Amino acid sequence: MTTFIDPYASSQETTEGRVYSVTGGDWDSLVTEIGATKEERVVVNMGPQHPSTHGVLRLILELEGETITEARCGIGYLHTGIEKNTEYRNWTQGVTFVTRMDYLSPIFNETAYCLGVEKLLGITNDITERATVLRVMMMEFNRISSHMVALGTGALELGALSPMIFAFREREKVLDIFELVSGLRMNMAYVRPGGVAQDLPEGALSKIKQTVKDLRHNFKDNEKLLVGNSIWIKRTQGIGYLDLAGCTTLGITGPVLRSTGLAWDLRKAQPYCGYEDYKFDIPTTDTCDVYGRFLIRMQELEQSLRIIEQCVVKLEKLEGQPVMVADKKIAWPSQLSVGADGMGNSLNHIREIMGESMEALIHHFKLVTEGFRVPAGQVYTAIESPRGELGVNLVSDGGTRPYRVHFRDPSFNNLQSTSAMCEGGQISDVVAAVASIDPVMGGVDR
Amino acid sequence: MSEKGMFGVSGSGDTSGFSGLVNSAVVTGSTQRPFGAYFDQVADDLERAYPLFSDAIEKVVVDRGELTLFVKRDRLFDVAKILRNELRFEMCVGVNGVHYPNESGRELHAIYSLLSITRNQRIRLEVCVSDNDPHIPSLVEVWAGTNWHERETYDMFGIIFDNHPGLTRIMMPDDWPGHPQRKDYPLGGIEIEYKGATIPAPSERRSYR
Repeated sequence: MTTFIDPYASSQETTEGRVYSVTGGDWDSLVTEIGATKEERVVVNMGPQHPSTHGVLRLILELEGETITEARCGIGYLHTGIEKNTEYRNWTQGVTFVTRMDYLSPIFNETAYCLGVEKLLGITNDITERATVLRVMMMEFNRISSHMVALGTGALELGALSPMIFAFREREKVLDIFELVSGLRMNMAYVRPGGVAQDLPEGALSKIKQTVKDLRHNFKDNEKLLVGNSIWIKRTQGIGYLDLAGCTTLGITGPVLRSTGLAWDLRKAQPYCGYEDYKFDIPTTDTCDVYGRFLIRMQELEQSLRIIEQCVVKLEKLEGQPVMVADKKIAWPSQLSVGADGMGNSLNHIREIMGESMEALIHHFKLVTEGFRVPAGQVYTAIESPRGELGVNLVSDGGTRPYRVHFRDPSFNNLQSTSAMCEGGQISDVVAAVASIDPVMGGVDR
Repeated sequence: MSEKGMFGVSGSGDTSGFSGLVNSAVVTGSTQRPFGAYFDQVADDLERAYPLFSDAIEKVVVDRGELTLFVKRDRLFDVAKILRNELRFEMCVGVNGVHYPNESGRELHAIYSLLSITRNQRIRLEVCVSDNDPHIPSLVEVWAGTNWHERETYDMFGIIFDNHPGLTRIMMPDDWPGHPQRKDYPLGGIEIEYKGATIPAPSERRSYR
């Protein structure tokens, strides 16, 4: 053994045995050193900083050669205490926090939260149809952008670069729609308790129609690249196996559950936001593997486009309907609008409260600083996010701030299946299996 | 010299929450039959499958179209097993903790959301324990998926789930003191050190006097 200390591959004694730190560079000294030990078992830390673990996920892998004997996840590296923070803000401000949890599906976080607040308030049926249709349309656009990241990065991690380029090209188109409608591309805080922040701007529907057309055409590029591609199939078929029994006991939902052949989708099973009025199918496969989950995501893109088209038809009919609940004691007082420099207060509203009506100013001030009171109680609302069941536990003590906000994030729950999917497999397949779960660490750690 | 609020407000007068929140307790009554919707059927099925029903269930609450069964801690494991095996609540979608410091003897609540795919129904179990004895039997043996959720609830509230296969912190670092989601835990309670200078925690930084 050499006494030379390699700055890229040093080692030290710990209570758990000898630990080698590898940060790149020359591996030769490490190989000689490890070769001198008798131990066959190797524990490898993959992450939390690793390009193929979808953010700051740490995988602790115990290896015998290339085979994984034990796989564990270490999470919490992105814990930001969002749930605690919401308890110190009023119910409307909560939207701005929760949208940052699962940052790839912000609209879903907002909608699930707002449905919960509205259930506590007892105004679920008072939400205008236009607001609900707008929510559905934005959610389905968001499902597309989220699946695009799942497909693009999933392929990238397995060494296929072109699908990522195409996927992010399509995602950009969806983000443009988000920017057009809400003023922001991510973390929009667009869905608010009582409705949505603002109505569609002028000419938005024709832009949306064009985008739907473009997306449908462009999705074919990725389909041609991956579906039936023999290298892709070899890397994904039979990998990350998890059957129905495994899914139910681990509480797994979303594409992973649907890859076992069970058509369980909350949009159909327990409809919310009027999903029962839309025509769409639930794609399933019965392969229980990574390839099946990939196919499901590909097909869900088309189903989302179908729903968006139906939304556009509805929105044309509902032109002029308000997008916020009529109750002025709940509805956000200022009428927001998207200007050249992003979202802001409407000038008409500013003129009214600053120059015309003292009462309107008081009302605005009370509602914005203190917020509305929410009757005491506890609710659970669940919606189908791109990753599965996104549940929100809300507790109110009757005040203007939440007593407890808890998100049951699908990524957090589904990541538990890593051990079941990876143990006994090869180390290179871990990457494929984790990518098929599509965990978003912002949602996992919250 | 005693200080008075700038606008003569009573109570804490704090709209930021940084100088400590005053929370009122949430009191939930119990619901009597008929519960409505499918809840009667669930209760009937559970009573049939589990003769100790009246002993195990402290109270039933139906609120805003959702059913909550308050289960005694000692019976939780049995009730969960029956619900899964006999009543086909195949999934426990999550565990959620809530801290009610004003409910003496029942400060910590653990809430289990159950989902049955077969019946297409949801119910909720709630278990209340005291701060001094925060033990609840783990349900990992019944639903393996509660593993991480119980770890999270332990991490955030300090509820100890007995017989859990590895009850360690999951979000916070292993050596973290305290349980952040409890109501007596301040928001942003740690000081931030940057280039030698220390910036006080938000809870220390602002006061609205």
